[in-house]
Amino acid sequence: MAAISYPAAVGDTVDPTRLKHKLTRNLKERFIELLLMFCGLVAVFTTVAITIILVYESIGFFNFVSVWDFITGTVWTPLFENPQYGILPLVSGTLTITAIAMLVAVPMGTVIAIYLSEFAPHGAREAIKPALELIQAVPTIVFGYFALLFVTPMLQATILPDLPGFNMLVPGLVIGVATIPTIATLAEDAMRAVPGAMREAAYAMGGNKMQVALQVVMPAAVSGVVAAYVLAMARAIGETMVVAIAAGQNANFTFNPMEAAATLTAYIAQVSMGDLEHGSVGYASIFAAGLVLLLMTLVLNLAGHFLRQRYRRAY
Amino acid sequence: MNTVVSTAPKDRARELVAMRARIAAGVRNQQIFAAVGVLFTAFALLVLIAAFLDLLIDGLPRLSWDFLTNFPSRHPDQAGILSAWVGSAFVMLVTMLSAVPIGIGAAIYLEEYAGKNWFTDLIEINVTNLAGVPSIVYGLLALGLFVYQFGFGQSILAAGLTLALLILPIVIVSSREALRAVPIHIREAAYGVGATRWQMVSDHLVPYSRGGMMTGVILGMAEAIGQTAPLITIGALTFIAFLPEMPVTGEFPFLSMEWIWSGFTVLPIQMYNWVSRPNVEFQINAAAAGVILLLMTLLMNSLAIYLRYQVRKKIKW
Repeated sequence: MAAISYPAAVGDTVDPTRLKHKLTRNLKERFIELLLMFCGLVAVFTTVAITIILVYESIGFFNFVSVWDFITGTVWTPLFENPQYGILPLVSGTLTITAIAMLVAVPMGTVIAIYLSEFAPHGAREAIKPALELIQAVPTIVFGYFALLFVTPMLQATILPDLPGFNMLVPGLVIGVATIPTIATLAEDAMRAVPGAMREAAYAMGGNKMQVALQVVMPAAVSGVVAAYVLAMARAIGETMVVAIAAGQNANFTFNPMEAAATLTAYIAQVSMGDLEHGSVGYASIFAAGLVLLLMTLVLNLAGHFLRQRYRRAY
Repeated sequence: MNTVVSTAPKDRARELVAMRARIAAGVRNQQIFAAVGVLFTAFALLVLIAAFLDLLIDGLPRLSWDFLTNFPSRHPDQAGILSAWVGSAFVMLVTMLSAVPIGIGAAIYLEEYAGKNWFTDLIEINVTNLAGVPSIVYGLLALGLFVYQFGFGQSILAAGLTLALLILPIVIVSSREALRAVPIHIREAAYGVGATRWQMVSDHLVPYSRGGMMTGVILGMAEAIGQTAPLITIGALTFIAFLPEMPVTGEFPFLSMEWIWSGFTVLPIQMYNWVSRPNVEFQINAAAAGVILLLMTLLMNSLAIYLRYQVRKKIKW
């Protein structure tokens, strides 16, 4: 034990090398903390940079196009001889496809979530959840290929012979299936967060599984389930490759799913594929479209975030 | 509690029958619901399998060694994905080298250093928000910032950094989860023997949570490798008939960083290029490229799922 040197007691002389050692050690610790903090700040910088870049480039665009024409115009032809810059056709395409996707994903995702949370035996849940993760992992370009060259021809050959090769229906359906796992896993998380005591109380009153799931667990988890819908919707709106491949490239002011129409994301991708001069109006227009897209998803993501916080706080 | 209970034996028997019927109906509904749940899950999986089989059947005739070692070509039967998969590999390298240290660093800061204050909240809200930003918006950010403001051009560096920002939330969230799984007494024991905070983190927390962090990194990389939209936006080229300069050279100093400035294409963009051509022959190429892309992402994800399972099984604190 003699080798251990104890801290100097009051009145003892302090070995100066120990102080120096402590100083360098503290400096090193401070430096590392700053470095780690910088890593955390990258997330903040990214958000700030996204906002600045989109707003800055859009200002260039709105110097050229009036804001009013932009948000009320129903013709979007920025790359034509006589360009017109009305964003509504891209918004209508985006909303139509998102609505179709939600019509598929909300009922199926919710039922799967209830099944996983309330009905499935442990083994089934452990097998199904990773399988859903795999669906989520499929690159969307693969789903794009599937939509254009499998689902559309299949529908044309069977129930919808009039379906054009490019249309909004099929990308909507395919994005819907691709979003099922998002809703299923997020909604299941919310349902599992409902305390077991509430289920047991309901069972003790003589409720069966259906009644407990639909009349006790669902209402208790509703904010989390709605958050799942909202976040899934934001994903569907931001989805690019499926629509770029299978929904057509012409901005078309319509809500008819049987027609072809470009979305905000498809327009950005389409313009980026061509050679566009840096600083031209066409170049600035993709940032204006991006800004609209970001605002739409931001509202949904914030709503989803606060809804999720609500159910977390409740239990 | 004034429920009228009939005492006549006949009525009681009838009530009993009615109650049994109600219970049976409940059980039946429950079975129907569970069956629908299984059916919907099976449907979603069936779509995944159909998508894979569709690609495989379409692309199988083109899947050969030549397909992997040929450059793209005007002649569909001679076209290959050499420049695409090499480009993907280089872009992934940049993404990994930037996203892993920054993501894990941010996770360590948020879990172990940050106090409970507005500054931490700010970072956390931004991480959550970034996870929901559409991938094409990252492309616009990169186009404005990396390509033009920083002057990186349409290079592997710009692409790799774009995807790094994109997967940062995935890496941060899963690394935080891994760190949180290490119990508090490990930290206290380390402090108890006089470790500084960084010694505690680097000697104990990081080694113990390595498995969980790896899971997140693999998931992030699988996400990045399939990303098409942000790289289209920064202007990745679709016809590349050359390879970036290799990082290892024959002459002194044997390492070259020229490749980060090289133009590039990646697998999903090559596939997009082929699928959007009307020529059926090229669509076969797209299917073949899709098979390889899908196999890679599914393998990476399965690896991550397996790893997570192993980590969970091994933990016996």
